[in-house]
Amino acid sequence: MAKKRVVTTTINGEQTEFLCQPRQTLLEALRDVLNLTGTKEGCSNGNCGACTILMDGRPVDSCLVLAVESEGAELETIEGVAPAEGLDPIQTAFLENAALQCGICTPGFIMAAKALLESNPHPTEQEIRFYLAGNLCRCTGYDKIIRAVQDAAKSREEVTV
Amino acid sequence: MATVEKEQQAVSTNGHYKVIGTRPIRHDGVDKVTGRARYGADTRLTGMLPAAMLRSPHAHANIKSIDTSKAEALPGVRAVVTSADLPDATDRVANLGEGTVNLKHLSDNVLAGDKVLYRGHAIAAVAADNIHIAQEAVKLIQVEYELLPPVLTALEAMKPDAPLLHDDLRTDDLGEIADTPSNVATHIRFEKGDVEAGFAAAEVVVEREFHTATVHQGYIEPHNATALWNADGHITIWMSTQGTCTAPQQTAELLDLPVSRVKVVPMEIGGGFGGKISVYLPPVAAILSKKTGRPVQLVMSRTDVFEATGPTPGSAIRIKMGVDGQGRITAAEAWLAYEAGAYPGSPVGAGAMCVFACYDVPNGKVDGYDIVVNKPRTNAYRAPGATNAAFAVETVVDEICEKLKLDPIEFRINNGAKKGTRRIDGPVYPRIGMEETMAAIRDCEHNRTPLEGKHRGRGVATGFWFNIGLKSTAQATVNPDGTVALIEGSTDIGGTRASIAMQLAETLGIAAEDVVPTVVDTDSIGYTDVTGGSRVTFATGWAAYLAAKDIQGQMIERAAKIWDCDVTAVDYKDGGVVGPDGKRFSFKEIAAEAHKIGEPVIGRGSADPQEPGGAFGTHLVDVEVDMDTGKVTILRYTAAQDVGTAIHPAYVEGQIQGGAVQGIGWALNEEYFYDDQGTMRNSTYLDYRMPTTYDLPMIDTIIVEVPNPGHPYGVRGVGEVPIVPPPAALANAIYQATGVRMHELPMSPPRLLHEILKQRASNGDQ
Amino acid sequence: MHDFEYEAPTTVADAVQLLANHNGSARILAGGTDLIDQIRLGRFAPEVVVDVKKIADLQALEISADGLKLGAATPCYRIYGDEAVCRDYSALADATKIIGGAQIQSRASVGGNLCNSGPAADSTPALIALSARAVIAGPGGTREVPVEEFCTGPGKNVLQPGELLTALVMPARPAHSGSHYLRFIPRNEMDIAVVGAGASVVLDAAGETFVSARIALGAVAATPLYAKEASELLAGKPVGDEAIEAAMAASRKIAVPIDDMRGTVEFRKHVTGVLTRRALEKAIARARENAGS
Repeated sequence: MAKKRVVTTTINGEQTEFLCQPRQTLLEALRDVLNLTGTKEGCSNGNCGACTILMDGRPVDSCLVLAVESEGAELETIEGVAPAEGLDPIQTAFLENAALQCGICTPGFIMAAKALLESNPHPTEQEIRFYLAGNLCRCTGYDKIIRAVQDAAKSREEVTV
Repeated sequence: MATVEKEQQAVSTNGHYKVIGTRPIRHDGVDKVTGRARYGADTRLTGMLPAAMLRSPHAHANIKSIDTSKAEALPGVRAVVTSADLPDATDRVANLGEGTVNLKHLSDNVLAGDKVLYRGHAIAAVAADNIHIAQEAVKLIQVEYELLPPVLTALEAMKPDAPLLHDDLRTDDLGEIADTPSNVATHIRFEKGDVEAGFAAAEVVVEREFHTATVHQGYIEPHNATALWNADGHITIWMSTQGTCTAPQQTAELLDLPVSRVKVVPMEIGGGFGGKISVYLPPVAAILSKKTGRPVQLVMSRTDVFEATGPTPGSAIRIKMGVDGQGRITAAEAWLAYEAGAYPGSPVGAGAMCVFACYDVPNGKVDGYDIVVNKPRTNAYRAPGATNAAFAVETVVDEICEKLKLDPIEFRINNGAKKGTRRIDGPVYPRIGMEETMAAIRDCEHNRTPLEGKHRGRGVATGFWFNIGLKSTAQATVNPDGTVALIEGSTDIGGTRASIAMQLAETLGIAAEDVVPTVVDTDSIGYTDVTGGSRVTFATGWAAYLAAKDIQGQMIERAAKIWDCDVTAVDYKDGGVVGPDGKRFSFKEIAAEAHKIGEPVIGRGSADPQEPGGAFGTHLVDVEVDMDTGKVTILRYTAAQDVGTAIHPAYVEGQIQGGAVQGIGWALNEEYFYDDQGTMRNSTYLDYRMPTTYDLPMIDTIIVEVPNPGHPYGVRGVGEVPIVPPPAALANAIYQATGVRMHELPMSPPRLLHEILKQRASNGDQ
Repeated sequence: MHDFEYEAPTTVADAVQLLANHNGSARILAGGTDLIDQIRLGRFAPEVVVDVKKIADLQALEISADGLKLGAATPCYRIYGDEAVCRDYSALADATKIIGGAQIQSRASVGGNLCNSGPAADSTPALIALSARAVIAGPGGTREVPVEEFCTGPGKNVLQPGELLTALVMPARPAHSGSHYLRFIPRNEMDIAVVGAGASVVLDAAGETFVSARIALGAVAATPLYAKEASELLAGKPVGDEAIEAAMAASRKIAVPIDDMRGTVEFRKHVTGVLTRRALEKAIARARENAGS
């Protein structure tokens, strides 16, 4: 069996070392090695987006990244989104808009929405829909998710003004 | 059985309630947006072992032998389980809340005995030091199969020479048991009036045949179970389930143990839609735990979920409907053949009851057939059985309206079911809102705006679902600070902690935020039926209402003691107790006072309500069709639904929107695509094509409130009916856009383009 | 998942050496969006996975007078994020924008898409339309292969054990040229092409006559196809329905699709013509806007 590797990354702003086998995905390492279970597994082949995290600022499906590939990378997971006190505006917008029902897809949607708003702070409805197409939700019909992201864009603007 | 206090009923939530009808942040919200909420697969226990399953690569085969020795010899493997480890379930029958279940079938579905009946059928499981070892070990299990020909559709399976799935299955034909084995498990029939005379009186009779594909609920969270079989013989299972109390029942029956020995800890659940009621993994995880002495976790892959859980059936449906010159339905007939999957139990009964449920049909006859095929055993999916039937009947209604030049909305209002209408299967409706949903659609801005543009069309369809009542328990502890801790047994899939807490808060006259709801394990709360049947806000909400009434009574007693008056002189109103001479304690005050002078105040509510109030929904959709590819774009969508009373309107809208979009997926692209060997070729989210954000417009909702006379706050179930109208509404819109009538689901681009090209060829266009 | 070792060389020479040492039992990891799932499903059981993303050359994106040099591991988001690529190599930008969703585009590469050699690969018809050549490094040095000759069957290609695709090179784009890639999918995103079509055209200065054209098709045969006859018949023809319809017919003629869960033969044949037209029309519109730089 291939020996475990030591991987050094920054996760949610803190330098983190962990051990993993080459065949372990980043999703598996986050959930089973680091106990960061906020990142969810929905399909394990990059088609549902439930395991979305940010890797060096870009959204990735962590099920399609080997944990060893994250050596030297900066990772952000759902656990790192909220500030020490309170919530991120995207999280607040999801709550206020009732943009979740079962909630299993929510961490992935929030991570993808964060990536979107950081690259495009004022997206149109169609831009939001296009960007979030890699995240499946089966409960909401997406209507309230889109509205939440629109609201989050507005409140982020207010925060920065 | 509790009684409704009718005088508390209001005609609309608008202004009548303080808490009901508002939109508080759900109580479990912060946990779910921060990743803190723990779902089944997030369970982490000391010493926990992961496990993997061996599943059949064949759709139909006899198992000649299973050799697990090589798997057991692999370093890191801790235990292997096969059906030989399950108690013998032959000839045992159990009542598991969903009606009587043949336990042998249930057991064989959990781990196949001597036969596999569908691809993905579980055969064995391995617990090991890590998941990769478990998966390697699974590959080392040697199974010798004798291949049998698969049969994959209802119509094929009904043929006399079809391969038989079960040599002991004999048709229950209208109550008579047949002599010879068959794939037809059951034939049911409902009749009303004189069908022949009805058709004779018709001016137009339309008869059509429809086919629908198997589709899956598609919840994002795969099934999971983590089990610990303790040395004292008690089993604890952490899992995502719609049935906190039914899962231990099923598990106990399968393990042949008293139900008191099995406790289920309901973890957060990532969607269910009916598909997370049946038990697949817990007994297997439990036996692996017994063999290893450690907790064992099983989690399905996405492909396992598609191949081996319970989708909703494919079906073949014939509808015949007659309408007279005045536009009145004179007679209707339906023939429904539903695929049960590998074991009997399709929702054909519900389909047969729903098929004409939106209409006042004077003469009707419905035949339903439950048919086994080599596909996974079907299970409930949001209004199970109703969507297939509505696709068929609502398309026929549209065609009749076209033939008679009748407005399809007015036709439905004129022929719609109302209070006093008797369904073909017998029941007479109480006050219902079918007409109101139609009128709401007729009058909405969407419908009043003309649709312009080439290859565009507008369609309308309606749908019905019964909803269910069943048993629920709630318990509420009053804290000295005037807040209330509410515990309940209904797992919360879509915000029901909030909708239940709000009914308690309304009854006590306190803020929703002052109630802290918690879903607890089966040792901690009374029996509560499944989170399904659109029943939780209705029935568990009722239990919470009763718990609040119990608290009211105790507070009255406590106030009477403080005020030294008779309890009859004290009343509970406007969020507090009032006594003689204008004496008053708010809830917060009496909560503090009560704590000083007596035992803790705990309210109990248990309910078994019988009148869930049927739900009707009517949907309106505009589409544009690409005539060169057959692709359908949804331009605009409006759904109106009678919800009784909207407790938390945002989550009511969410249910309607989510249901509509599942119906849209079912209509346009979703299907189990099988090859000749019975292998599902699209068992991934890539090829099973559920709608994404980019496929849809906003879904507009119109909440119609015709209060249910059978509930203290007028609640009707909300969750299921919105999936029923979309396929028919889309088919009718596609017809307007293209002139092509679709009789098969999904109406995918290859199917629609085929019909468009056929039409062009027959018109001599090309 | 199958057990394997992981290596991340930083030079092409080291990568080639590693591949040679493992003699066919190594798999190359670029974005991993196909490979990791394929290993998970047991389709490949490599001894070693060679991550080539740390090789600077394989992350190149250089536009010069000679054309575009695209490192084989350059992820999609960098390609469509480049203004010059969007302007001059529009078909490539079109394709990379619709491969998977945002998450996939952060990692997936055009080189990986080509080496995976799926008949429905979105970027391959775009590359063929843009006359791309594959640059391959191996133990014996480098060689170049026109992209239309790279794939030899579903999942199969001309790479020999020990060889590595390092770059895709495309010639400079003349004035009055334009290109487009589009596909048909049942949903609007997150799908595999049921039919894909790439087109590149060069028009005369007036924008009325085809100087040359290249049409490529995906998902209608065992490999992505260069539609030679459809492309060549356009040269010298006036831009208009007659020429386009002739190209549509020629495209349909070479389509030999299969029936599967993604589409039927009838559907794919018909839509091959439809997409040929749509790809050409957009490429023509772009060519007419392109006066050269």
